[in-house]
Amino acid sequence: MEQPEQNTVTNVQLPEAQPTPRAPGSDTPGATVFDAEKVSCYYGSFRAVTDVSLSVYEREITAFIGPSGCGKTTVLRTLNRMNDLIPGARVEGDLRYRGASLYDKSVSPIAVRRRIGMVFQKPNPFPKSIYDNIAYGPRINGERNKGRLNEIVENSLRQAALWDEVKDRLHKSGLGLSGGQAQRLCIARTLAVEPDVVLMDEPCSALDPIATGAIEDLMRDIKSRYTIVIVTHNMQQATRVSDRTAFFSVLRNEESDTRTGVLVEYGRTEQIFQDPSDGRTKAYVTGRMG
Amino acid sequence: MAVVAGQEKHDLREPAGWRRTSNRIVTALMVLAFVLVIIPLGFVLVTVIAKGASVISWSFLTSDIPVQVVPANQGGVGPAVVGTLEITALATVLAVPLGILGAIYLNEYGGKNWLARLIGFFSDVMTGVPSIIMGLFIFAIWVLHFGFSGLAGAFALGCLMLPIVIRSTDEMLKLVPNALREASYAVGATKARVTMTVVLPAAIGGIVSGALLAVARAAGETAPLLFTILSGTTTVNKNVFSGANTSLPSQIFANASSPYPGAQARGWGAALTLIAICFILMIIARFVTARFTRYSR
Amino acid sequence: MRTVAQADPATPAGSARNLSERRPLGDRGFQVLALACGLLVLVILVLIAVSTSQQAASWFSTEGLKIFTNNWDPTTNDYGALAFIYGTAITGIIAVVLAVPVSIGIALLLTEVVPYRWSRPIVYVIDLLAVVPSVVWGLWGILVFAPWLQGIYTSIASGVKGIPVLDSLFGQPVSGASFFTCGIILAFMITPIVTSLSREVIATVPAIDREGAYALGATRLEMIRGAVWPHSQGGVVGAVLLGLGRAMGETIAAALVIGSSPEITSHLFATGYNMPSVIANQFGEAFGVQKAGLMGIGVLLFALTIIVNVIARGVVERSARRKRGA
Repeated sequence: MEQPEQNTVTNVQLPEAQPTPRAPGSDTPGATVFDAEKVSCYYGSFRAVTDVSLSVYEREITAFIGPSGCGKTTVLRTLNRMNDLIPGARVEGDLRYRGASLYDKSVSPIAVRRRIGMVFQKPNPFPKSIYDNIAYGPRINGERNKGRLNEIVENSLRQAALWDEVKDRLHKSGLGLSGGQAQRLCIARTLAVEPDVVLMDEPCSALDPIATGAIEDLMRDIKSRYTIVIVTHNMQQATRVSDRTAFFSVLRNEESDTRTGVLVEYGRTEQIFQDPSDGRTKAYVTGRMG
Repeated sequence: MAVVAGQEKHDLREPAGWRRTSNRIVTALMVLAFVLVIIPLGFVLVTVIAKGASVISWSFLTSDIPVQVVPANQGGVGPAVVGTLEITALATVLAVPLGILGAIYLNEYGGKNWLARLIGFFSDVMTGVPSIIMGLFIFAIWVLHFGFSGLAGAFALGCLMLPIVIRSTDEMLKLVPNALREASYAVGATKARVTMTVVLPAAIGGIVSGALLAVARAAGETAPLLFTILSGTTTVNKNVFSGANTSLPSQIFANASSPYPGAQARGWGAALTLIAICFILMIIARFVTARFTRYSR
Repeated sequence: MRTVAQADPATPAGSARNLSERRPLGDRGFQVLALACGLLVLVILVLIAVSTSQQAASWFSTEGLKIFTNNWDPTTNDYGALAFIYGTAITGIIAVVLAVPVSIGIALLLTEVVPYRWSRPIVYVIDLLAVVPSVVWGLWGILVFAPWLQGIYTSIASGVKGIPVLDSLFGQPVSGASFFTCGIILAFMITPIVTSLSREVIATVPAIDREGAYALGATRLEMIRGAVWPHSQGGVVGAVLLGLGRAMGETIAAALVIGSSPEITSHLFATGYNMPSVIANQFGEAFGVQKAGLMGIGVLLFALTIIVNVIARGVVERSARRKRGA
């Protein structure tokens, strides 16, 4: 995409434990939902992301931004163990969810994903009815009561601001919705299992500006109940919706011709965009804006 | 958490027992399915090798088929080996070029027009026509007029191979990128020339491999030969164009129904020979795919 | 302004075509040749239908609707083919009932469970299964498998004696050759094709659909039921039908292990007959109406397999089209 060269540092050895600036003590965040301590992600022997340390706080929207290839999606997917699905993927370092280690041997990825949901870049409704799409999550968790399912479906669709548009065609196929509606359906589907966290991987990149606006409104509405982490390549979006922003960049290793993602700076969104501490952050955020 | 009863808010242990159990049972069933397939395959191969190996020898592969009842160590299946080689080779020579040309029509000329789609559809359907029908067909239009011969058998096998070759060649031609064709047109080549000098060579690995698999299929077929080659011969018939002939599958069929242990033993030997031929063809096809295919899925 | 040497008249764009210059003869000839080879498929299919029906004409005219009676006896000049039709149906059903769960299981194993590196050996095994010639299955079937099965059939038969439905299905066997043995061997033979076609269909399910289900905390089974199955059920049905068609047409293995006695009975362990087997066994020495009758059974078999295959391919195509449209 634009100006990747400005954001990569060439000919640099991967740094040792480089402390990343944490959020300054000017705000009082809620409970810590995620606590990452020197987390690195590998695909086989290839180190995709190195030494990420940050904390995600309850009922905030945290944005991951950065150029393509910097590993922000990789890091996002480690938060709900979706990277387990990729053969050879592994995580090193300490990643905790509400105090418990996420990658402990006793932890079940299935239980993790019920609590930490994910919305994908391209809307992916199941080839079922709208109702069955939403009811899928509760059903696999044992909910059989028709009345409660109806409640859950309506509730989730209301939270996703989709109820009014589809309430008369709940039994029509989910595949027949427009892009923006389909993505809201996917969000409703995720909310139906009452997760603790909602992860979003560039949820608006396949949508037009109006649909994007609707999703951003939705995010602000549900923030009071869920913790949200969003990966976005749209910096305006990050400033519009997020409380905290993490800026990732790429380290290029000339000898092995590999690129490794690294967390450059993390802090409150206003601070990152108006007064970034790191020169690379400044270059990235100013390069795009103005 | 209204939805999941009985689990703490931040309990990250395994989900409820029945979910995990049903998941495990189903996975075990899938593995069992595979095992259920390996077992008979293994049995067949082991039996054929065990019972056939003791009979196989050079004289077995070259001696004539015994006319009277003789023990296993006498006689052989020479005529059947020769017959299989002759007839299959002839069928290949007939079916493969025609099949490749047919696929060229489908992919290079026909494209999406109704005729090409019709031909493509019925090619697929034709691969499902029982092979014995091919035999009856050739019997009706050829044997009744021109008598039994290896040629008739080759026609029947050719009918069997044709749709297989068309389909597999068509798949391979589809994989050749259009950029190659366009580059060739741009220097003023005709479509025929483009196809023969650029497209075909680019896809040749996959085409050959597909053809080899069709040959392996044809070599193992018995039914099309039943009424076309009159497999009662016991000596080698070098003239594939006239006179009755025999083949390994036909011989195995005859020996399988025989009550005599000698004949049955020779049947196993012939089966081992036939399987060896089919496997070798399959292995060569894989080798060709691995080494010579430039464009794969 | 120099005019450049003539561009290829056969280019797809066609815009540079000089209207006064005709296509070279060789190029046109090649196209005709290719077209002729393609048409060969249709021509052969039509010829098959015509020539075999012609040969069978005397059977159809002599027997008329009696061809659907269960009375095939050359000595009394009766040629009713119902027993063979029954046998084809029964063995086809047994083969499908046995093969389909196994094939779908293996297809799902390959697409959902096994990492790519380990899938190649499994695929090789399935290909090996496909390469074994029909006659070898028959040889092994009649000389090794059937005798072994006879013991098992006998135990089952005595085990279910007296139980209402089961004992009319599983009566005492006469020999190992039977409908059921034939069905089992046919199941072995159609597994590769049903597996590989199902696998192709299932593999077209987009990865993000699978991820969507996993992201909701689904187990693998739940993901398959929620995301994979709705997408692929049409194609899998088509694959099953293709397997059925293949089972019904399989000749030599069936001829060797079915027992070669025309009868209609509910006992699956009884000896029986089916359409391709009777043709294989009797055609050589038949003459007259019997020969026409066997040819006619061939016509029926041809029609049956064409119908099943057309439906099967149609189903597969329609589900693929619907998916692309969605």
